[in-house]
Parts: sequence; structure tokens; C-alpha cells
Amino acid sequence: MAALVLWPLLVLAEFRPGVLLDPANLRVMRDFLGAFFPPALQPDFIALLARATVETLAIATAGTAIAMLIAMPLAFVVSDALSVSRIGPGPGRVAGGAVRAAARLMTAGLRSIPEVVWALLLVRAFGLGPAAGVLAIGVTYGGMLGKVYAEILESGDTRPARSLLEAGSGRLAAFSYGLLPGAAQELASYTIYRWECGVRAAVVMGLVGAGGLGQLLDQSIKMLNGGEVATTLAVFLLLVFIADALSAALRKLLA
Amino acid sequence: MTAQAKGWLATVAAFAVVWASFRYLSIDPGQLFNAESGRQLADYASRFFPPETSAAYLREIGRGAVETLAVSALGTLLAMAAGLALALPASGRFGAISRLAVRLVLNFLRSVPELVWGALMVLAAGLGPFAGTLALALHTSGVLGRLFAEALENAPPEPARALSAAGSPSGLAFLYGTFPVVMPQLIAYSLYRWEMNVRMATVLGFVGAGGLGQMLYYELSLLREPQACTVIIAMLALVILIDAASAWARRRL
Amino acid sequence: MHANGVRALHAVSFGAVRGERIAIIGPSGAGKTTLLRILGASLRPSEGAVAVLDRNPWQLNASRLRRLRRRIGMIHQAPPIPPRQRVVTAVLAGRLGEWPWWKSALSLLYPVDIAGARAELARLELAERLFERSDRLSGGQLQRVGVARVLYQRPDLLLADEPVSAMDPALADLTVNRLHADASARGVTLIASLHAVDLALRWFPRVIGIKSGSIVFDRPPVKITDAMLQDLYASESGYLPTQDNRPLEVAPQALRRIAPPRVG
Repeated sequence: MAALVLWPLLVLAEFRPGVLLDPANLRVMRDFLGAFFPPALQPDFIALLARATVETLAIATAGTAIAMLIAMPLAFVVSDALSVSRIGPGPGRVAGGAVRAAARLMTAGLRSIPEVVWALLLVRAFGLGPAAGVLAIGVTYGGMLGKVYAEILESGDTRPARSLLEAGSGRLAAFSYGLLPGAAQELASYTIYRWECGVRAAVVMGLVGAGGLGQLLDQSIKMLNGGEVATTLAVFLLLVFIADALSAALRKLLA
Repeated sequence: MTAQAKGWLATVAAFAVVWASFRYLSIDPGQLFNAESGRQLADYASRFFPPETSAAYLREIGRGAVETLAVSALGTLLAMAAGLALALPASGRFGAISRLAVRLVLNFLRSVPELVWGALMVLAAGLGPFAGTLALALHTSGVLGRLFAEALENAPPEPARALSAAGSPSGLAFLYGTFPVVMPQLIAYSLYRWEMNVRMATVLGFVGAGGLGQMLYYELSLLREPQACTVIIAMLALVILIDAASAWARRRL
Repeated sequence: MHANGVRALHAVSFGAVRGERIAIIGPSGAGKTTLLRILGASLRPSEGAVAVLDRNPWQLNASRLRRLRRRIGMIHQAPPIPPRQRVVTAVLAGRLGEWPWWKSALSLLYPVDIAGARAELARLELAERLFERSDRLSGGQLQRVGVARVLYQRPDLLLADEPVSAMDPALADLTVNRLHADASARGVTLIASLHAVDLALRWFPRVIGIKSGSIVFDRPPVKITDAMLQDLYASESGYLPTQDNRPLEVAPQALRRIAPPRVG
């Protein structure tokens, strides 16, 4: 029975392991892999790599910053803890509920489209380069951060914020004085985790033209320059490792 | 330094880093978000609607979706097999040295993003879904291999030990003793990974690995925005469908 | 002010004039907190009408309702103060309703009115704790911070839900004295629910007894008889709770003939 399912799958996926053994392809592959050694270590390439690495980090940071700017108002609107109309319940609760539902839909929508798709579209709209990557991360992560921020805000003790709202304070003040002291650490911790994911995403998006290490990698692959690919991959792995360690250290510092 | 002072220092540092990032990228947030670029974006967005809905094109979309699904399924299946094979040494069955070595390989496999694998595999196997399958298989082997290895390490050793003590060879002891215990977990991990791989398979097409992703790249390159819009909608629909199906399956299990 | 609630409160109906001081007593679960929340415009009664400070809160639009709520100060039994917040910031939060946004934001960085906060805390003998974190205070101290916050708010209507339940008798007396002084000085209404009968009888010229969601009596202390008190607390076997947990030593009659101490 399993074979019955497997066969069509193999056909549909054009599974032809023979291709791997095709002499022409094999030669290309072997040359390519062979070119991995020695890895490209010329000074001007290394300089290019360094710049691209910093660019990738910058893309991740700027993108996460924009994501936070999108996520905070969304989380405000979505979070029940900051809803004035639910106290009582008071005036405007139908409208309030509708706005909350709409905001929740928007966060879900932003989250669902993979950031690479956004990157591809934005590269068409804004041209090659880091701007597309920054916006793509900003939009997708904005949705993710918005959802998680709202969850964090609602999961803590909501009484301080509610009592401030009952005393007539504005929502921003109720958040800053009532919810923030308790939630700040968790909010920051998740944001740093997202930044770390952003570093990886920035490289992936570079493959479709959004700048940084990814774009370099794409160019090297297209030019079949195995040495450059090898070095770039190595630098990428190192970058991910460092970002991981940095993020873990920062989060531990916050605890 | 008091906790509050540390908090303020951190906030100021964060602001500084963000500002520096924007400066380094020569991106002026004002320019990015002003009316001009908003209009540009709106202009560009309007070219996408209405999406192309002719029957012929929808058939093509269907083909692309099936191809994407096939790539994800096959890739995950291969990864399950490879992952299990690699998990055996990675869980220490064959000694500490092989454990370390295999774990390094697994780490490498999963650290390289799927899209990078995709680009590399297109080089090796040419454009098309085969490259996508290989890329997913390689990356997911790393992920599943590590998860499987951990599951094996945490599995209770008693059943296999009892069988060995009764004289059965270690391979059979594993098959009859440990494997049945961990299998539900392994299947759960694999299903979850398959869900994610559907998403990745759609995107792998961007580097030429077939399916809906390749269609999208193609349509955008030809500046055929209405068709591109249909592809995006199809991608979303596929992901939503798979999410719903797996939620249903999980409830059943 | 009328209220008429199902389940929690039944056919409750009373009115108060500006400047009155009213105590609400009754056994646990009688509905004291529900009544106070209705008076504070944070709970909407399912039946009946409410008029607070001459307005029906549930017919106002959102911004007028907010302005009304700014004029009402509610002291909670368990002060809703985030554990890591410093006392000074918690007290200053009382005026968030009237401050412009930049002032509220500034106060987070550096408290804008330390002197004002210190003054309120000093009257409650808590000035030395100005910069401490709230989670380092005892229950009674935290309750006093909650009181200080509402006093700093300078509301036109002071509501208090068992504001001194965690304090020892001397401090409880001091706190109720302070509430009294503030209400008299500004000529505003004070309505407090109290667990301790002796405090209610000693300090308030009008006492309302609530049992099982209905008002049982509404009189000045001199007109409240022992029998009425016993009946009120019948569900707690007639034991009359006091702040120092000793039985009501002085005969209730004698207590009520003592005029409340001069405020000042």
C-alpha cells in the first residue's frame, strides 16, 4: 500500500536519482565541490564578506525594530487587558470587540505569508538591496511579535492595569504603569529571540536579492565560484552561532 | 548598578544599535514611509488585482500545488529514513566518537537554511522539483536526526536490555525493545516537520526547485502580476489547508 | 444612588449627599464589594439605575465616562500595584487620569512630584519607604500605599473596599482618621466597607448593614442596637469582628455615645 502512494509521489516530484549520476551534472558538481577547497580567502573578498555580514546584522536589527513598532499598537488593540469598553461593560463594547477581531485578523494575515515571499515582492517594488529585507522582516515579524506580545500582556496580573483604567487613566498610561513592570522582561526576551531568527531570515532573503550575506552567496553560486561559496557558508555558520550565543547571553542577563 | 539603571542602559543601547543599523544601511525611515513610497507601493499592489482565474491557469496552479505537496512529502519521507539512520550513531549506540562526529554532521545539515540547500541542489540536479526534494531531505535529516537522537537517548533502556539478557542480538533487541516505544514520538515529530516543509517547499521554488514557488518567481519576472496574485493566494490556501488537516489529524490521534 | 442587582444584590436602594461619610458592614459575601464596584462605575448593574456624582455612568459616552471615573477613587482591599514598582511611582499613578501623556511618561523615568508623594505617605507614616519596591512591603504597608495613591488622586468620591484589613489596630485607626480628614477637608463623600465593626461605629456617622445582598439597616451608630448587629452577623455565629480581633470590649452602646475624635 505504501508503494502505491510512493510511486505517484516519485513521479510528481520528478525523482530521478539517475540525474545525480549523469556525467555532465556530476562533472559540474565535482568541479563545484572541488572548488570549495581552497576556500576563497583573498583580502578584498574577505572585506566584502565583512561588510555583507554587518549589513545582514543591520537588516535583522532594523527589521526587528520596525516589527516592534508595528506589533506594539497591534498588541494594545488586541489585548483584552487594556480594553476600557469591557469594564462594566461600558459604552463602545460592540465596536471595541469588532476592532479587536479585525486587529487579530491582521496579525494573523501578516504572519501567514512567509517573509521570503514578502522579500520577493518588495524587491520588485523597491529594487534590489537591504530595504526590501528590512521591510519584509518588519512586516512578518510585526505580526508574530504582535500576537506574542498580546499573549504575554494577558497572561500576567491584569488587575493593576484594570484599576488604573477604572480610575480614568489612558490606555498607554495604564500599560506603562500597570502591565509593563511585570511583563517587560518577557517582552524583551522574546524580542531578542526573534532578532536571532531575523539574522537567519536576513540571509535567506538575501538569496532573492535583499542584500547582505545572502545576496553574496547567491551571486557566488550563480558564478559557480565554489571557493567563495565555501567561505561565505562558513562565515554564515559562524554568524548564526555568534547570534545564538549573544541572544542567549542577553536573555540570561535580563532574567 | 541597580536593576532599574541596568534597564535604562539596555534601552538606550538598544536605541543606539537600531539607529546605527538604519544609518549603516543608508535607509532613511522617513523616506521609507513617506507618501511617495506609499503611493509607489499602492501602485504596485494595484497591478495584482484582479487575480487571474481562467480555467487553464487554475489547472496549472493545481499542478504546481500538487508538485509542491509531492516535494514536501517525499523530502520528509527521505529525511525520516536518513534521520533514523543517523540518529542511531548520534544517540551513542556506536561509541562516543561516532556520536560526536555524526552530531556535527547533523548540526551542519540543519544550520544551513533550506533555501541555501535549494540553491546548491539546483546546481547539482538542475532546475525542478527534484532539487527541492533533495534540499528538503538534507535539511530535514539534520532536524529530524537530532530530534530522533534525543528521543532515543531518553527512551527507557529496560525493554531492550531485557531482550539482550534473554540472548537476542542487539539489533533485534533495539527493533523489538526500544523502537516501538519511541515510534509514536518520531511519527509526531515527522508530521510536524512535514507541515513546516509544505511551507518551505512553496518557497524553495524561488531558487528554481519547482512547484508554486517557481511559478511565482517566473510570473514576477515576466511582470505578470495578476497571475502572481493567483499563485500567492494558492500558496496561502495550501498552507491553511495543511494546518487544518494536521489539526484535525492531531485531534483524532 | 440606587442599585438593584440580581444574585449579588437584591433591591438595594439608597442615596447619599455630597460630603457624607458612610460605612458599610456585613459578613463576608454579603455583596459589599459588588456594591462598591457599582458605585465606582466599574460594574454595570443588570437591573435598576445608578447615578454617581449626579450622572448615570452607563449613559455617558466613552470620554465622559472616563472623566467621571477620574473623579472617583477606589481603594482596593488587595492593592493592585505591580510587585516591581517603586512606592513613589505607585502613588503618583493616582493622577494618571489628569496628567498629559508626556508627564506620565516622564514620571516613569524620574518621579515628577516626589514631594507630593512624600507628603501623602508621611501622613500615613510611610514616608521612609518612598523609594522601595512594592514587593518588599508588608501587607499593611502595601495597603497604605494603595490609600496614599487614591488620596493623591484627590477624587470627588472616595470609595474604600476593606482598606485596613491587613493593618494592626493603631495603624488602622490612623488610616481611617486620615481618610476622614481628607474627606472633610475637601468636602467630598467617603463610602467605606469595613470588616471591623468597632471602626465603623467609631468613625462614621452613618452605617449601612448588608446581609445576603440586601440592606438590613441604614442608621447612625447611636440608633444601632446590639440585636441588629447580632442579627447581621448571624451567619458568622453572631461574632462581631473587630480590628484587634478581641471581642467588642466596650459595650456597643457606650461606644456609640463617644463622639468621633476631632479630625486634624
